[in-house]
Amino acid sequence: MSDSHGGHGALAHHFEDLEQQREAHTLGMWAFLVTEILFFGGLFAAYVVYRSAYPEAFANASNQLDPVLGGINTAVLIGSSFTMVLAVHAAQQRRKWAIFGWLWTTIVLGTAFLGVKYVEYHHKWEHHLIPGPNFLFEGQPGGSEQLFFALYFSMTGLHAFHMVIGAGILIWLSVLALKGRFDEPGRNAVEMAGLYWHFVDLVWIFLFPLLYLLGRHQ
Amino acid sequence: MSASHDAAHADHGGAGLKLYFAVFAALLVGTWLTVWVAGHDFGVWNTPIALAIACTKAALVLLYFMHVRWSSRVVWMAAAIGFVFLAILLAFTVSDYATREWLEIYSAPLKGR
Repeated sequence: MSDSHGGHGALAHHFEDLEQQREAHTLGMWAFLVTEILFFGGLFAAYVVYRSAYPEAFANASNQLDPVLGGINTAVLIGSSFTMVLAVHAAQQRRKWAIFGWLWTTIVLGTAFLGVKYVEYHHKWEHHLIPGPNFLFEGQPGGSEQLFFALYFSMTGLHAFHMVIGAGILIWLSVLALKGRFDEPGRNAVEMAGLYWHFVDLVWIFLFPLLYLLGRHQ
Repeated sequence: MSASHDAAHADHGGAGLKLYFAVFAALLVGTWLTVWVAGHDFGVWNTPIALAIACTKAALVLLYFMHVRWSSRVVWMAAAIGFVFLAILLAFTVSDYATREWLEIYSAPLKGR
């Protein structure tokens, strides 16, 4: 989203009009998100293969996770997606204080998610559930349950990393909002950040049942 | 939000606050539902049911929160192609690992214990 040289403030010189510029921004963001789908997709494929190879170990290991904490975090993340939508809505109406407020509500919810994640990781650390030489499962040294936890930490870790980056982007946008960056029409940065934030929510919608709930009914 | 305001935003990639709130509520209900069904044993249907709920929630996020519903066809195509390639990745991976043991010449490196 580069500044143009004179003329229409928000319109970069290589675009015909704001609508074409917006279309290009949206398409570019989606091209990035497609690579993200396949980035996480590789981990989901590994999950499918190992879960079908060791179904019992996966179900038992899954029962070590806390579905209440996972469920609360799912609701928190969905809530943050909702406040992100409100930030995008405010950006379309160019109300900078509303943009600022909803961005920060989203950042606070995202941070709460990461705080719960920290509590969960700490619990796994204390119970020797980190894959490696000190791994213990129900008093026994590591079996196939390690595979579940290796995938658990890779998938939720990569997801949490995306949230940290997302929160950083939202903080940056909240500063730009106060500086009046989104006061004129044709500024799409908040909406593009929203696409990224919702994508991260989308990944968690699949991670929650696949990691936390798969062995519950046994 | 007045109706004319919503209409003005419909072609600009967005909708009214009421719709967003309804989607938010539906996503929370979906979360509760996925926890509820996990407490019951549906046999081989456990995972398909969980995935069906997750896919419905994902569709709501994509269509409404990510504005795909109001986006141009080229954006639809870009969004869809990501999931098409994901399906190819999963289909070929599963068809490989699921059929390895059919041939006895392979020693089946992945076998359930």
